[in-house]
Amino acid sequence: MKDLLIADSVSKKFGNFTALNNVSIAVPEGSIFGLLGPNGAGKTTLIRIINQITMPDNGSVTLDGDPLQAHHIRDIGYLPEERGLYKSMKVGEQCVYLAQLKGLSHAEAKKRLKYWFERLEIGDWWNKKIQELSKGMAQKIQFVVTVLHKPKLLIFDEPFSGFDPINANLIKDEILRLREEGATVIFSTHRMESVEELCDQIALLNLSKKILDGKLVDIKREYKTNTYEVGLNSDNKVSLQQELEQKFQVSPANFRTVGDELKLNIKLNGDDSPNELLSYLTNKAQVSHFVELIPSANDIFIQAVKRN
Amino acid sequence: MNHLGLIIKREYLTKVKNKSFLIMTVLSPLIMIALIAVVAYLSQLNNNKQRTVSILDESSFVQDVFKSTENTTYNMLSGISLEDAIAQVKDKEEYGLLHISKGDNSSEKYNLNTKFYSEDSPSLTFISSLESKLEKKLENLKLLSAGVDLDMIEASRTDVDIAQESFSGETSSKMGNIMKLAFGGVAGYLLFMFIIIYGNMIMRSVIEEKTSRIIEIIISSVKPVQLMLGKIIGTSLAGITQFVIWVILGGVAMTIISAIFGIDMTQLQTPQQEMVQQAMSDPDANAKMQMVFSEFASLPIANLLIMFVLFFIGGYLLYSSLYAAIGAAVDNETDTQQFMLPILMPLILAVYVGVFTVIEDPHGTVSTVFSFIPFTSPVVMLMRIPFGVPIWQQLVSLLLLIGTFTFTVWFASKIYRVGILMYGKKPTYKELFKWLKY
Repeated sequence: MKDLLIADSVSKKFGNFTALNNVSIAVPEGSIFGLLGPNGAGKTTLIRIINQITMPDNGSVTLDGDPLQAHHIRDIGYLPEERGLYKSMKVGEQCVYLAQLKGLSHAEAKKRLKYWFERLEIGDWWNKKIQELSKGMAQKIQFVVTVLHKPKLLIFDEPFSGFDPINANLIKDEILRLREEGATVIFSTHRMESVEELCDQIALLNLSKKILDGKLVDIKREYKTNTYEVGLNSDNKVSLQQELEQKFQVSPANFRTVGDELKLNIKLNGDDSPNELLSYLTNKAQVSHFVELIPSANDIFIQAVKRN
Repeated sequence: MNHLGLIIKREYLTKVKNKSFLIMTVLSPLIMIALIAVVAYLSQLNNNKQRTVSILDESSFVQDVFKSTENTTYNMLSGISLEDAIAQVKDKEEYGLLHISKGDNSSEKYNLNTKFYSEDSPSLTFISSLESKLEKKLENLKLLSAGVDLDMIEASRTDVDIAQESFSGETSSKMGNIMKLAFGGVAGYLLFMFIIIYGNMIMRSVIEEKTSRIIEIIISSVKPVQLMLGKIIGTSLAGITQFVIWVILGGVAMTIISAIFGIDMTQLQTPQQEMVQQAMSDPDANAKMQMVFSEFASLPIANLLIMFVLFFIGGYLLYSSLYAAIGAAVDNETDTQQFMLPILMPLILAVYVGVFTVIEDPHGTVSTVFSFIPFTSPVVMLMRIPFGVPIWQQLVSLLLLIGTFTFTVWFASKIYRVGILMYGKKPTYKELFKWLKY
């Protein structure tokens, strides 16, 4: 797959503070790319560089093969983390204005806005002022403004903050639909469950450096430890646990079941296969639960940051 | 449509459609005029007040001085004691009693003791008018007793008006100079007011964009410089609109009010103006009026107007870009104080130099120097131009202004670019300087 956006060894300093240190990312066309990292890792700086709000000290950014230029703002839709709208301006007027700044004509902006307003069931807000709307409502408008000019690249910085679960789901579905229609999405967040659901690829920034990147499945494969979560029913749980502890690396597990079985995490050595473990266990006890432990994005995030 | 145009349009429309703008635009001239009307009405009322003043003249030198007028009735008393006179005046609730007695020093015949008795402290202007009446009479008496012919003195009164001509042949006069001062003063003051009022408006609108957090959405579409210039131009256009409406409304309302209430605005009855009116009834007055018009016509009008526009725009942009930078550097209006001072200082200095130095010596060193320094030149040069400033000086000053203005716009846009994305703590000057390098 072709990369839509490539940032090549981008660095940025603010005075003595290094915000980005030699960061490179490649965002494949049509993917949802998660840009992750703790607060202050440099995510927002990188996003601002992509949006040409800040200029990098070193390195280059190309969009669709061309170095970033002024006209590229029309190909990018950006929903910043710090976002708001003109409080005393009417919703419709404001959306048309922002769309015109992105290069749409007045008529075209109006037409598309009607479509989106109907789609999100907010048609009757057209003549309201932003200060009359709730925060969640205003966020819907901001989302519409971000996607209205059908950009190739969509950048969402913490898109779900401030949304109730219903609206968050609505927006999530819209993002997935936009991807279906060919848009590429960069998605910056702390909320790891949304990363699991949405992202194909991730890059993890910490202390202004990139410490991890790649396809989410590959990273998970790399980070899994060959550990299995098992639930065992036996008359003598204590002796069973002791027996297992002699043979494997065992630690207590915690998952929800309806019975009172023995719950363990069993880590296999490199060359052992799960089948061997399973057949060993079925000889010893009644197996009610057997699952490979795949690290969550959250675990990977925490591990990678700690290791760094 | 290009971005700058869009931004200007939005800024202009939101300003003009804003309720408080509309109210301000319509109400302030009305309030101003109502105020003037009230003052005019009151002062007329005051002047129409009937006063009765009793005079107890024990010297008998000045009997014929006090002639009753429409508003003041003089009541000559004689043959009663001071105590009785006071009691009588008090009883009749008259305005007061003027007591005139011979001085103690008998060697000087016309040395009088005068004293005014009244319920409340008397009007200052009224007392001075009494004083001047007495002074004139006594002077004449003294002159007469010294054997001087009063008619001769009257006939020998002369009015000297020194005509002025520069070496290059331009003639001018005192009256002309006053006209020039008025012209320059109005132009300079207008610029000063405009900068302060609309500079603040720009600053507030920048802060509004910051606090509403729309700024990052906007600048992902347009360059910060464009946004800043758009704001400045849009707000200025709104300001000009307001000014024009004020002038029109003011004119219309003035006419209506003077028609309805019959108050002649040009003749607010103050003692000073009475004197002016007396002077006007002189046969010379007509000639003087003509001189005013001819002086007006001889002012370098074209030069004045062109330079007014150029310096006005230059000076306004210079300062308003700084206002925009301040707005970008802070989060809320209360934090603006520390940055406002360095902007207001040169502006106020310019007005002071204009008022105190240009009047005294329009082409002196101080005036000339300040009319070249870009931060003061718009105001000071505008005040100097009516007195005739060589074109090369005007152009050099204008070029310096344009150069500085380009620099401040650059400087402001740097601060603006960084500042609009900074939230939280109030920046120090040191940090602002650092931002320039980001």
